[in-house]
Amino acid sequence: MKARIIVTPKKAVLDPQGKTVQNALEHMGYTSVIGVHVGKYLEIDLAPGTDRAAAQLALNEAAHKFLSNPVIEDYKLELVD
Amino acid sequence: MHFAVLQFPASNCDQDCLHAARVLGHTSSFVWHKETSLGSVDAVIVPGGFSYGDYLRCGAVARFSPVMQAVQEFAAQGGLVLGICNGFQILCEAGLLPGALVRNRDLRFHCEQVFLKTGNFKTPFTCEIPQEAVLKIPIAHGEGCYFADPDTLGTLQTNRQILWQYCDSTGAITDAANPNGSLLNIAGVANERFNVAGLMPHPDRASEALLGSTDGRWILASMVAALEEARLAKAA
Repeated sequence: MKARIIVTPKKAVLDPQGKTVQNALEHMGYTSVIGVHVGKYLEIDLAPGTDRAAAQLALNEAAHKFLSNPVIEDYKLELVD
Repeated sequence: MHFAVLQFPASNCDQDCLHAARVLGHTSSFVWHKETSLGSVDAVIVPGGFSYGDYLRCGAVARFSPVMQAVQEFAAQGGLVLGICNGFQILCEAGLLPGALVRNRDLRFHCEQVFLKTGNFKTPFTCEIPQEAVLKIPIAHGEGCYFADPDTLGTLQTNRQILWQYCDSTGAITDAANPNGSLLNIAGVANERFNVAGLMPHPDRASEALLGSTDGRWILASMVAALEEARLAKAA
């Protein structure tokens, strides 16, 4: 089982990286692009036989405490077999 | 007074902080990040650098170092803790200071002299700063843009926890004088109890005339004065 965690900047936080990528895409002619947000993707390998519910609980705690900073970031956690 | 200067892998201003304390006539020593005790110290400086390569987020890994547990306890007992640059980021990540530091708004690393206006002179980090002084202290960071939600910013203003704001050489707080996009031009803040403070500029790099400014001395001198006062009060 793997966990996938996507961390993105909160809407209220300035995201100059996203803005720069957006501008570049516009200059390249991708005119339908109206917003870009640059975040992080973490893939976490879990030991075989790991209990799904326990992993969900533990990784949510880790994501809140360490993998993301709730002051500036949001995250999405997904478990895949 | 004795200052403890923390050392993490990739701290790079630890020597500067050690030296700055000695320039002021005090003693200082390093405390390695794996230590679980600070020993007998009067104040702690969390120095600048790129602890743990700035991996994940600046300061995110360092905050879980064993020594940071000792710093948490030291701060909980009222001990004075100053975080400079990466040290400020670590203290925010550790929850000892409100807010967070994100990428500079222009995505560039800024290494330059800036000017600072002090917002509260009644704290252990500012009490020796002359009231009219506009401090000239250098910055060197890529992620120093201060962010906090509107409620937190309101609380910081009400409690006068904003210790330093970026300003121009006359002391005017303008957007042009803001090097990184920090909300309210915030360069440094204190906790509610005013025993923990952090700032992105480097007072350690402004403690000798040879380095272009001695204004950074006022900050360490304030800490010393506050500690002396506390010691006298305790003795009385």
